[in-house]
Amino acid sequence: MTPAPTSESVLFGKLSLAALPLHEPILVATFAVVALGGVAILGALTYYRVWGYLWREWITSIDHKKIGIMYIILALVMLLRGFSDAIMMRLQQAIAFAGAEGYLPPHHYDQIFTAHGVIMIFFVAMPFITGFMNYLVPLQIGARDVAFPFLNNFSFWMTVGGAVLTMISLFVGEYAATGWLAYPPLSGLASSPGVGVDYYIWSLQVAGVGTLLSGVNLIATIVKMRAPGMTMMRLPVFTWTALCSNILIVASFPVLTAALALLSLDRYLGTAFFTNDFGGSAMMYVNLIWIWGHPEVYILVLPAFGIFSEVVATYCGKRLFGYASMVYATVVITILSYLVWLHHFFTMGSGASVNSFFGITTMIISIPTGAKIFNWLFTMYRGRIRFELPMMWTVAFMLTFVIGGMTGVLLAVPPADFVLHNSLFLVAHFHNVIIGGVLFGLFAGIAYWFPKVTGFKLDVFWGKVSFWCWVVGFYFAFMPLYVLGLMGVTRRMNRFEDPSLQIWFVIAAFGAVLIAFGIGAFLLQLFVSFRKREQLKDLTGDPWNGRTLEWSTSSPPPAYNFAFTPVVHDLDPWWDMKRRGYVRPTEGFIPIHMPKNTGAGVVLAGLSVVCGFGLIWHIWWLAGAAFVTIVVSAIVHTFNYARDFHIPASEVTETENGRTRMLAAGV
Amino acid sequence: MSATEGNAPAHGHGDHHDDHAAHGSLKGYLTGFGLSILLTAIPFWVIMGDVFRSTTTAAVVVLVFGVVQIYVHMIYFLHMNSKAEQGWTMLSMIFTVVLVLITLGGSFWVMFHLNSNMMPMQAPHETMTSPK
Amino acid sequence: MSTPSTVPADNGTIFYLRSEHHPENGTLLGFWLYLMSDCLIFACLFASYGVLGRNYAAGPSGADLFDLPLVALNTTMLLLSSITYGFAMLEMAKNRVGLMLSWLVLTLLFGLAFLSIELYEFHHMIAEGATPQRSAFLSSFFTLVGTHGLHVTFGCIWLVTLMVQVAKRGLIAENKRRLMCLSMFWHFLDVVWIGVFSFVYLIGSMS
Repeated sequence: MTPAPTSESVLFGKLSLAALPLHEPILVATFAVVALGGVAILGALTYYRVWGYLWREWITSIDHKKIGIMYIILALVMLLRGFSDAIMMRLQQAIAFAGAEGYLPPHHYDQIFTAHGVIMIFFVAMPFITGFMNYLVPLQIGARDVAFPFLNNFSFWMTVGGAVLTMISLFVGEYAATGWLAYPPLSGLASSPGVGVDYYIWSLQVAGVGTLLSGVNLIATIVKMRAPGMTMMRLPVFTWTALCSNILIVASFPVLTAALALLSLDRYLGTAFFTNDFGGSAMMYVNLIWIWGHPEVYILVLPAFGIFSEVVATYCGKRLFGYASMVYATVVITILSYLVWLHHFFTMGSGASVNSFFGITTMIISIPTGAKIFNWLFTMYRGRIRFELPMMWTVAFMLTFVIGGMTGVLLAVPPADFVLHNSLFLVAHFHNVIIGGVLFGLFAGIAYWFPKVTGFKLDVFWGKVSFWCWVVGFYFAFMPLYVLGLMGVTRRMNRFEDPSLQIWFVIAAFGAVLIAFGIGAFLLQLFVSFRKREQLKDLTGDPWNGRTLEWSTSSPPPAYNFAFTPVVHDLDPWWDMKRRGYVRPTEGFIPIHMPKNTGAGVVLAGLSVVCGFGLIWHIWWLAGAAFVTIVVSAIVHTFNYARDFHIPASEVTETENGRTRMLAAGV
Repeated sequence: MSATEGNAPAHGHGDHHDDHAAHGSLKGYLTGFGLSILLTAIPFWVIMGDVFRSTTTAAVVVLVFGVVQIYVHMIYFLHMNSKAEQGWTMLSMIFTVVLVLITLGGSFWVMFHLNSNMMPMQAPHETMTSPK
Repeated sequence: MSTPSTVPADNGTIFYLRSEHHPENGTLLGFWLYLMSDCLIFACLFASYGVLGRNYAAGPSGADLFDLPLVALNTTMLLLSSITYGFAMLEMAKNRVGLMLSWLVLTLLFGLAFLSIELYEFHHMIAEGATPQRSAFLSSFFTLVGTHGLHVTFGCIWLVTLMVQVAKRGLIAENKRRLMCLSMFWHFLDVVWIGVFSFVYLIGSMS
């Protein structure tokens, strides 16, 4: 444990050399690997002189497609970090029995499970989902970009800023040891005097700004920028789920911001919101954080449902069964998700009336969710199913998610919850829905849209290896936790005394190793596909015989997405266009109005990281200076009115002629 | 959500002068201002003049006036109507009001039940009276 | 630019627009959505005040602390700033830059007056020992009212910025849009203040 320095210097606040965890060999080794890897990457970038390219084409880019790709890269990088935490925990629990202490002392173990939860939710699942929405929504609605392209870039870099603060905590100071929601009084100043909780607070606040703004952005995009003829009931299902997910973001992230702000006031100013004395109530924090926390679950899973809907319709060659019911189910889930938050703390003791209300609303939510499962099944029924990778993930999802959903309904029964609360049963349940629902959806989406993004398909063999390792690994890793939870084993323990439990933890660790192979195979799949990219090339832009507008443009799409804005006449517009003999226009191109790149987003986000770092370490001058600079640079940025330009018609013609040649080569 | 939006127009909006949001009128602003002065003054008078003997009645009256005044501000100053932005502002506001009510009502309900169930030694009415 | 500029496919159905499609500007809607999210931040602060606002921890209560005539004065300042902003928007609609700027200056003055009175009130309370650390009631009071005050502060900074931008570039479409966003922000803060003076000050000052 990093000793909390008692004195603070004006210049460095609480920061001193003691903050570097030199006495923890695991961290030193990790740091060495990360540092060497980092130096190697930076060196390679400099050697190949790609800095200018990266700055011009990616870092300052306001192209929604590039920002979407960057979100997904961020998510993949953070997935590796979050998964390392997971496999370390599995290993620890598999060996620490009957007196054996394992290799992770409690204080380190506590930080690992906190970091694992925070990273997986905020810096893996969220960027993944946001990346997909960013990339696909404008393409699916026939738009050139999002409503506020600069804000989009800024949102992305704020998310990165949060991730950077979390990563810094690994090597400078410590991370919160409180669990991923940092309940007070444990997260209060008296019980957590170190900087861990402050890292937690400020990384989430910085990333939260980005998430909220990207939510506003995507709602405005979907509402305002749909192609002519695309009414709300002709929106692709993925876009519908993206709309609902972003509505949830805009309506719930402020609650997280407020709850964390109150916690930070308690820690920084000594107020009495969640303290045990002076009239504070720690349970008010739990109440507030779950008002955000439950909708958050649906923020993640709704777009995954959208991905499955697109995949099922495409690979069954049929229109999605019950489009309208799918839309209504999504909307109902959106609203209901605000009425169930107390089921996360039935045991708090609000009594029978409160608990039964929230228990019943929770069970009701399974009805629209169940309706969706039936819609997918009926779409498959009598469809001409092609078992490509995305379809395999979808089938695995349906089996796995139903199990997770049923254990969820079980937990929604308050008396059952009193037995299972904080047990490994709960851990198994939410991994079952998040891995089986969200992550499987994301992998389905990656396999499905990869050719659209890169212009070549993914290698199928390594994809199948990854698929089977993930799915089988998942069952090995989490089914034992259900068993253990039913036996009363609690979560967040770094060792157990009863040796009869060990076998289940060993099985779970084996599952985690299988998942590690799954991740390895996925990375190998990316590598192999890149090597074989000429063979796997997608010339048509429509490799799967798709139904929605993103398949009507080239793979990868040009900067402006569509040379001419499409006009929509039906649900599944691209299917409709193909069916009715659409002819791609090859001349008469016009200049296209596009937004300009800007470096303001990355600068503001960088300053926010500095400000957060100053606040975490009580380096007040640094935080203050960074904050003033943020305000001033934001104001200066508003004085820049020249924010867009036209792509000349000649350039559009050239790009489109390239596509014409490619299509001819493909025939 | 509005399921029907009419066929989205095939006509573009050639120029960018599409900010048709209402600016209100002088009469509207003055009406709103007069009403809000009135709706502010009455609750202040109710409390400062100890008009009602029962604090509950006074509190209810104050809250009712508050709600009415919020409504007046929405109409006359924020120019809320169901047509602006094809109804999306209205829709999002209704949604937000529902969520605000859920957040407030839910928190009060949950926390007061908790307090009455879990802290019998320190019921709300005891902590309410401050020693003077 | 409707039917003639679009291209028919084989069977006469139009699948794309020949001319550039200009979707409606989304700024006002986007800003409104941001306000809705801000509204939920305030909802949480109100909820905290509602839950914790009677926990005086043997410290002073609202009845001991609140100075209602001062709050009434403060409310008047905010209402006046709202109507002057409204008049500025009417001048903007008529494209009269000078008059609009004068109304905005007046708005700024009322806003600053509001902030000064609030700071005076806070200072007075803290000097009496009623600090935010004293009790959960005072923590939630200072946070709720202070957050509103911070919003007004940012509104004032934004107002000054916009006045400079209008003076430099005139009432171009972007500037009009920005003024309308600030207008929504300003009136939104009014609405929040109605909640504050009713729920916190008036009800809180009943003994």
